[in-house]
Parts: sequence; structure tokens; C-alpha cells
Amino acid sequence: MISVEELDQIAETVRTERAQGRHQINVCVAAGCLALHSDTLKGALAERAQSSGISCQVRGVGCMGLCSAGPLVSVEPGAILFQKVKPEDADRVLDSLKAPPAKQHTDLRQTPFFKRQFNVVLENSGKIDPENIDEYIAEGGYRALFHALIEMTPAEVVQEVASSGLRGRGGGGYPTGLKWGTVAKAHGTIKYVICNADEGDPGAFMDRSVLESDPHRVLEGMTIAAYAVGASKGYIYVRAEYPLAVKRLERAIREARRLGFLGSKICGTTFEFDIEIRIGAGAFVCGEETALIASIEGMRGTPQPRPPYPAQSGLWEKPTLINNVETFANVPPIVRRSGAWYSAMGTPKSKGTKVFALTGQVKNTGLIEVPMGVTLREIVFDIGGGMPEGRKFKAVQTGGPSGGCIPEQCLDTRVDYESLKEVGSIMGSGGMIVIDDTSCMVNVARYFMEFCMSESCGKCIPCRAGTAQMYDILQRITRGQAGERDLELLIDLCDMVSATSLCGLGQTAPNPVISTLRYFKQEYLEHIHAKRCVAGECRMAATQAARS
Amino acid sequence: MKKKLATVWLDGCSGCHMSFLDMDERLIDLAEHFDLVYSPIVDQKIFPPDVDISLVEGSVSTDADEHKIKLIRERTATLVSLGDCAVTGNVPAMRNAFTVDSILERAFGDRPVTHPEIFQGLPKLLPRVRPIHEVVKVDVFVPGCPPSADTIYTLLRELLSGGSVDVARLTRFGA
Amino acid sequence: MTQAMEVKTLRIDGVDVSARADQTILEAARENNIAIPTLCHLDGLSDVGACRLCLVEVAGTNRLFPSCVTRVEEGMQITTSTDRLQKYRRMTLELLFAERNHVCSVCVSNGACELQALGQSQGLTHIEFPYRFPQLPVDASHERFTLDHNRCILCTRCVRVCGEIEGAHTWDVMGRGEKARVITDLDQPWGTSESCTSCGKCVEVCPTGALFDKSDVGTRARKHPEFLTYLNEMRGGQS
Repeated sequence: MISVEELDQIAETVRTERAQGRHQINVCVAAGCLALHSDTLKGALAERAQSSGISCQVRGVGCMGLCSAGPLVSVEPGAILFQKVKPEDADRVLDSLKAPPAKQHTDLRQTPFFKRQFNVVLENSGKIDPENIDEYIAEGGYRALFHALIEMTPAEVVQEVASSGLRGRGGGGYPTGLKWGTVAKAHGTIKYVICNADEGDPGAFMDRSVLESDPHRVLEGMTIAAYAVGASKGYIYVRAEYPLAVKRLERAIREARRLGFLGSKICGTTFEFDIEIRIGAGAFVCGEETALIASIEGMRGTPQPRPPYPAQSGLWEKPTLINNVETFANVPPIVRRSGAWYSAMGTPKSKGTKVFALTGQVKNTGLIEVPMGVTLREIVFDIGGGMPEGRKFKAVQTGGPSGGCIPEQCLDTRVDYESLKEVGSIMGSGGMIVIDDTSCMVNVARYFMEFCMSESCGKCIPCRAGTAQMYDILQRITRGQAGERDLELLIDLCDMVSATSLCGLGQTAPNPVISTLRYFKQEYLEHIHAKRCVAGECRMAATQAARS
Repeated sequence: MKKKLATVWLDGCSGCHMSFLDMDERLIDLAEHFDLVYSPIVDQKIFPPDVDISLVEGSVSTDADEHKIKLIRERTATLVSLGDCAVTGNVPAMRNAFTVDSILERAFGDRPVTHPEIFQGLPKLLPRVRPIHEVVKVDVFVPGCPPSADTIYTLLRELLSGGSVDVARLTRFGA
Repeated sequence: MTQAMEVKTLRIDGVDVSARADQTILEAARENNIAIPTLCHLDGLSDVGACRLCLVEVAGTNRLFPSCVTRVEEGMQITTSTDRLQKYRRMTLELLFAERNHVCSVCVSNGACELQALGQSQGLTHIEFPYRFPQLPVDASHERFTLDHNRCILCTRCVRVCGEIEGAHTWDVMGRGEKARVITDLDQPWGTSESCTSCGKCVEVCPTGALFDKSDVGTRARKHPEFLTYLNEMRGGQS
């Protein structure tokens, strides 16, 4: 079993190696840059360095955030960031080790995209090799676990997390400490901890990036949670579409077991806990906790009515703590530094930071982490860099298919659970899609409804048949085949489906329609009455008569 | 004053009209209160204006049906969808899961056509059979296949006297 | 039941009722002759809370509760039939009628169908939503029974009775959303199913004409789902 001293030793070794003056060339090998062949680039850099006799270390690191500028390469020390690097650029990157960086590679870290961010969850992303546990340890990794296991009682851990004000990052925003406390108090000797990594919102990749860039952080968070609630077994439910995350998690679990952070006698104590990976088969609804649990149990992933809540009766009818990737990723720094430190960030009701996947029609797209309470305007126009040339901002969509579209007049809304709800959207898991004037808002609503319709599990009638009818109506509107009556039916369905559906998927499926109707009703009416799409996106069929 | 009553036969089996006639001697009492101004059973080719009540049997299946029902709607105060074909599409709409071409092919494809001229001027099948209320506004819905004579009698008696009917108490889909 | 069971008192539609602590709102209501419409619920099977017809209002919250899976609580004030609930119930039924091809006039269960009867009792005379007219298959490969997907409402009574009572688990559901459908074994023709015991329980519990006995065609035969409660009693389980 590893001791705190050995932990220090590992960290020291890594630091010494780094301090030896050798340069490090960090190549992003998270999925975004990997898709742009950053692995080939990494090979080319290593080869060129070797053949030209330059002493440096070429490493693969996790996501650096500015995915739109990938593949990204950073050079340490010096904190120089190169963007859109091709294998033939290898020499130029290597040149920067000798001389001051070439002018064309201005230090991107000084741009608003990076300067306006604040990293807690992503503190190690893009800095450490996700496939090397030593590097996580060198950044203070697994200290929190030692601290919790040796110096705190489970109740104290729950208390610390509660005092941090952390709320569920999967979208619900339920106070994490409260959830942990419920599971801790639940009767039973067998309890489970589940990490929900079934991220499925269109345009969202926060959890994937955390798992690919810093997997140990999640394992450590889960292990601390298990200690706090009294669980001895954990599952990470990852979607099959994330093979790289699965591979890195598998490796991280093996390494954590080797060093005694998982298994029996963790950190030399009597605490036992192990983690198994369960791979989802691509159903969005399995992100709903009861459906996810059914899927882990080997059954069809359909939700069940709550109560009973998983905290009382979850996996195999045992008390189960289920949190999202980002929630667990917040736990080690909270335990390491204190709940008070965490709760100093953010707004009165929404503490800490939030990771967003900023996508859509905005200059800088990628992964960002901001303190709660920043405005949407800061995110879109400072961090995101605003609209591409000649385009006009129209809306920002948060919360994926359960969320809403927020128009320009609400851009000064602060990012926190309550404020986003007030303007008709939700925090959600962190998808943030910027929409400009070339997009039709009815079509945006249609897109999300199509998603909900095909991802509905089919169990309850309102969601299964209601989303299909709503999709049909939106389809008719965007084709210029709808009448006034269709709009009435659509509004009735929004109310009925959200009020009567069994699980969150159906209950929130009308949200994109409700929010676009709230802010962009004019566009709906123009499609219906004038058969006109102001964005020019919808093709109106003149033939079929509209329903009266 | 007597009300102007019309009965219309779109795409249906005429069963609803049979049910109408099944009112038997009650028709004689009812007839005190209406003039039958248009019907498959009277010799009137053009749908007249200012009709008070139109009972429409059958679904909208052809371009001719669509044209007719729009005219009827214009000229009728109270439009009644009579029977399941009018209300739901019913049996005629069972072709909706298929294309018009595949249906014509299935029905006539392997038959030799000796007199192709007989097909000329036939109404064109719409891509989809629709219940009447998907095409024009309907005031009263009377499901049933067919609605019973009792149902039609109660309905007509109330409509002719200006009353209203809780149709669901009288009949249902498939009744 | 020898042990004394805790009793809760509550109010349903203005009537004071008492119920055992382990009873659902639906059970308590029906014991007191208060009717709540249901489709997926069937006495003798586990509840899934899927059809949403039995939703009721509980004072103090805007949320609606499926009465088939919500346990009674002390002091609950329940309303089973507000304008809002009735509107939702009608819409739910309309969504079902529009979803597949429910042609009552030519259905083997015409006059003996729970969907049809509910439509009438909830005051439906027509369907506001456009019919979707999907193209769906009929499986008549079993020598005695037929499965007609056009008439299936996915209540999963067949799935549950086969798994929970017969123990064969021939039935299950595949596909998602509007494409979901019941299947036998691994989506193979019913007639080739090796797990099916041909007991016919699925047919008896099916609320519509989706599952029927071939010999009943043209007879307007009623189904007899009430066998379940007797069977459970005979087996010594809960009635």
C-alpha cells in the first residue's frame, strides 16, 4: 500500500524531471485534436526532436479547451501555445525551444478565451498526461483521498461537500451534499456509487473531455464519495461512443488499483472500494438515473417512477449515490482545499465553477470553465470572441434538448441555476450552442424535438406519442404547411407532455419549443401566415393546403 | 320554419345512409321539421346555399371529395361528421400506410385494360385519406360504423330544435 | 396477514378514506368506489406507471402523481378528476388513437376493447391530432394467436404477465420512441418462439385487439384478465 510519503516521492520525481530544464512539448490527444490526427503530429514532433538532437520531452496531454484551433501544442516552460499545428510545422515548434517564439504564434493564453476562465475541474486538463498516474499525483492528485480517509470521518466528508454548496452538474442542480447525506443515512450494508458518464446532449462534450484528460480526478472523487456514503462498489456508466474515454478510464483504474487507491485497504486503511466500467449502448434516456440503473442491471434502459429515489432504493434495490462526471471531478479540490474555499466562488445559490462546451456560430469553440455568475454575454462575446464576420447574434441555447434559447435582450443573465431558469432555459449539463441570424428558431425547435422523439424510450404515452406529434407539427410549420390550429395544438402539447411524462426526458422535451415561442413567436407566425422564413433556412412547400 | 337538411356521401360504404333510413317511421315525424335539400336519395345535383345542417358520411379521399367538402362547408351552418369514415378516416384510410401508386398497382396492375377511356375524368386519389376535420372545420362529430338509427334520431331531433347533444353518451368509434 | 398494518387516513375527491400504509392511491380509491381510469395497470401484475391516465392531483404541489405507483400518505388530499386532468386524459387517449392504426370497425375487439371504452367514457368523439398512419406488420405465425402491431398501445401487460406469472418471458420491447414495439423472443416470428408455452395469458390481458385468439375472430369475444387475481390467490400470493 502506498503511503503519503511515497505519494510525495512520486510527485517529487515528476517535478524534478520537469525542472531539469528539459523542454516539454505537450500535444493534445483528447478526442477533438485526435480527430485532427494529433497522434501523427505527436509522432512527427518526437521524431524531428530526436533526429535533430534536441533534448525535450514530447508528451500527450488532455484537452486544452480551444478545440476550434486544434490540433493544439503547448511548449513548457514558457507557456507558448501553438494552434492548428500540422506535422510539417514540427521544425517551427522545435525552433521555439531555442529562440523566443515566432511572432505568428502569439501566446493564445493571454487572449480573453483563456484569461476569462477559471479552472477547477479542468485544472489539470491539457497539462498532464492522462495515461500516467504519476503526473496526476504530481499535481496534488489523491491527496484529497488520503486526507478524507485518514483525517476525516465519513460524516465530516459529507459535511465538507455540503458546505461547499456544490450542486449536481448533470443538470438537475440538486445539492450534492444533501444527496450524499441521504445515501449515507440510508439503511443497508451494501451501497453503490455510480458515475453518470452517459453524456448525450447534442453539442456537449464536457464529461468526455474530463474523462479523456484527467480520469483519475473522477476516480478519486468517486472513491471519496464511496467512503462518505459507505459504499464498496462503484460503476462508471459511459456511452459506447466514447471509446477513448473508456480506454483511459480502464488504464486509470488499473493504475489506481496498482497503487492502492482502489481495491482493499485503500491508503492503508480498512476501507474497500472498487470501480467497474459499464458501457451504454447509445440511448440518451440512459442518462436518466433510473434508466441508467436499469441498464447496469442488464435490463432495458427505461426509467421508472420515483419515488423510490435511488438514494433509498437504487441499483439492485440498494441505496445508490449517482452523480455526474463533473460533480465527482469537483470533489477532490473541495476536500483538499475546503468547502469554504469552493463556496467563495460563484453566486449565493450556485457555487463554484461550471464547464461548458461552447459550440455553434461563434469564433472560439471549445471547452471552457467559468465561475458561476459570469454573464452569458461575457461567455459569448469575450470568451467566445463573438460572431463570425458579418453575422448577427440571435440566441444562445443552453441545456440541450431539455433547455431553451436565450435571446439577445437576456444576454446579461448570469450563469447560475436560478437565473437561467428564470429566462426559460436551464443550466443543464453544460452544452452551450450559439445561434446567429442565419438560423431559423422554429427549425432549432424542430431539431431538438426530433432528437427527443427519437431518443424517447417509448415507455410512457405523452413522451412517445406526444413528441412525435409535436415534431410533426414543427415539421409542418417549417414547411409552410401549418395553420393556426397547429400552433394551438403545439402549445397544448407542450403543457401536457411536460406535466404528464414519466421522466425528465419527456418533462423537459417541450422546453426548446416553449422558449422559442416565448422569444421568437413572430418567426412561428410568419411561417404559418406569410409562409416566410426570415432566416431563409426553411423551404416552404406551396402545394399542400394548410390545416384550418 | 323548416330547416334545410343535406346528407352527403363522400368516401364511405353508404352504411351511414342506411342507418339514417333505418330511423324508419320516425323519419316521418322528423320530416315535419326539415326539407331534404341535397342527398344521394334525392334528385338534386348542385349543393344549394344556406343549408342549416349537413350530415356528411365518408372520408376525404379524392380531389373531388376535397372540392365538395369545401363547398359544403361554405354553404352549411352546422356541419356534422357522420360515422367513422368521416370522423377518423376508418376503412378508406387503411390505404394511408401505402402509396397511391402501389395501391392502384395492387388493385389493377395485373388486369388487362380493354377500355382505358373509362378511367378518364375519374377523380384523382389524394396521397392520403383524411377525416373531414383535417380539411374543413367540423361542428359535430358522430362516430360509429355506422352510428345507430337511434343515435342519428336523437342527434337530429336535438339539432333541429336548436339543442345540443352529448354525442359520447350515444355512440363511440366502431359502434 | 397476521401482523397489524399501519393505517393512513386521507381524502380522495372530498371523501375521507382510510388505507393500509402499503396501498397505492389507486387501490385506496377503487376500494372506495372512486373510479380512476387506467390502461397499463392490471390487478395481479406489477405496475409500471407508463400510461399516465391515472395521474391525480395532490394538494400542496403542482406535480401530478401516477396513482398506480404512489403510496398513500397520512393527510393526503387527492383530486382524481379536475378539468386539467380530464383534458390530459383525453389528450393521452387521442395521442394513442392517432399513433397507430386503430380501426375499431374492423377490429376483433370492437365492443370489448379497453381503449375504445375509455375513449367513450372520457368523452372522445374525434381525434384532434392528425393520424400518423404508420405501416406496421401483423404476426400471424403462431398457430393459435395473432399479434397486430397496428392495435398495440405498448402497455406491456403481455410482457409482464409472461415474465411475472407464466415465467416464460417470451415477450419484451425493442426499439425506442415511436418505433418501440413488443417482440417475441429475439424479435422472431411468434410461431417460431421456443420460450412461448402457448398459454394465452398475454392474449387475455391485452386491453385491445393487438393480441387475439384466432378462433375468436368475428365473435366479439371478451377477454378475461380477471383470471390473474384468482391465479395469484390460488398460488398463495397477494390477491
